[in-house]
Amino acid sequence: MASRIVAKKLEKRFGHIHAVRGIDLEVPAGQVLGFLGPNGAGKSTTMRMITGFLEPTAGTVELEGIDLADDPIAAKRTFGYLPEGAPAYPDMTVEEFLGFIAHARGFRGADAKARVERSIGRVNLQGVRKQAFETLSKGYKRRTGLAQALLHDPGILILDEPTDGLDPNQKFEVRELIKELGGDRAVVLSTHILEEVEAVCTRAVVINRGQIVFDGTPAEMESRAPREVTRNRMDHVFRMITTGDVAAQKGGRR
Amino acid sequence: MSGADSGIPALTSAQRVAVVFRREFRSYFQTPLAAVFLVIFLFLAGLFTFNIGGFYERNQADLRPFFQFHPWLYVFLVPAVSMRLWAEERRTGTIELIMTLPFGAADLVIGKYLAAWAFTTVALALTFPVWITVSWLGNPDHGTIVVAYLASALLAGAFLAVGSCLSALTKNQVIAFVLCAVACFVLLLAGFPAVIDFLRGWAPGGVVEGLASTSALTHYESMMRGVVDLRDILYFVLVIAAFLAINVFAIDWKKSD
Repeated sequence: MASRIVAKKLEKRFGHIHAVRGIDLEVPAGQVLGFLGPNGAGKSTTMRMITGFLEPTAGTVELEGIDLADDPIAAKRTFGYLPEGAPAYPDMTVEEFLGFIAHARGFRGADAKARVERSIGRVNLQGVRKQAFETLSKGYKRRTGLAQALLHDPGILILDEPTDGLDPNQKFEVRELIKELGGDRAVVLSTHILEEVEAVCTRAVVINRGQIVFDGTPAEMESRAPREVTRNRMDHVFRMITTGDVAAQKGGRR
Repeated sequence: MSGADSGIPALTSAQRVAVVFRREFRSYFQTPLAAVFLVIFLFLAGLFTFNIGGFYERNQADLRPFFQFHPWLYVFLVPAVSMRLWAEERRTGTIELIMTLPFGAADLVIGKYLAAWAFTTVALALTFPVWITVSWLGNPDHGTIVVAYLASALLAGAFLAVGSCLSALTKNQVIAFVLCAVACFVLLLAGFPAVIDFLRGWAPGGVVEGLASTSALTHYESMMRGVVDLRDILYFVLVIAAFLAINVFAIDWKKSD
């Protein structure tokens, strides 16, 4: 099966800053890709180019075979996106906000209502559905963002730090949900939490200074750690790859 | 393939604008903004008309005292509506959400703009008691009043287009407000009698007339007298179209800052 997301030679420059330097990424259905990297490595910028929020300086993005630059509106119908920080309109209630998303996605009347209901049920928002977004806790805000991204049952999900700021229970719930969703979708999620990659991802991609420095399964990533490292092996490898920390490469502790 | 696409109807451009319009228009009434704006607008419009404009003292059955103050009211009331249009989307980060939904930048600019315009038009429409009053007291020319209302709506529309465009350039609503108020003031000033008289003293006549014709005030006042000149309407339509076109580029340029 063809890849649902195909990004080729993505480049992004902001003035003299070269934020993303030639990223190639293909994500087929059924894959949950953990997108890792230190702050400022270009994770969000890459996701913003894949979702069409930012125009790449060079390179192309195809979503479900639709070229984003050729037909941005059709391409934007193929995915659900949770932007960093899960933004939503502060004065709208959860229900109103999801209703707006349903209309934006082309649903009307009873169809739109059914979509909103399903989305609310899926991420357990029943208790806060009449509450204004600005009054919600961080966890509920994040879940509202997920509900919004899932509403049209997209084949592609792009989630920028979906568990950031959640408590351990909420993190667990969101991870379970992502695992469940991964089945027949192409999912890209960025995170700082390496245990999350082990828990939910089938593939790990690490970027550093705008370039891919590791691409493989979480198990492969972990196996790169020296044998004498017994705890937090993923963190160790992450440090090795992204800082070139010699001590880490030799297996020493910092 | 496109498994995700199946069954979801694609929206036409007009439907997309309508979705954006509905959300934006409702948002005015979800905050105290609508109430505050409507009360202040109606209070000031009444104050200017009856206390400063000399509505009764003139002893004439027309609405000139009412309409002649609209440009100056709009200079600071329109920016209060337009300042949030884009600055707020950028501050809350929702701009990233709406620009990754299946909307084009033009759908968003037009939908939001029309919502703001509809809102100010509601405020204008609520001044109808003034019309009733003058009809009750005398025999006004209703055609003139209709044209003057149209002129006032167009003027507010032009100011809103300027404000929407400037709002896209900043995250800060206060800056958006000040920029818009200054821009609208300048747009009026070029047609202000004192400015024209001052220029006439030394500038060639063609230049003075040319400058005056770029002023919203010149076009507004000719319509306010009840004269329907296609050039006046065209002026407002062009100002609106030009600023909205710049608006589309401005959000693309500034969205990620």
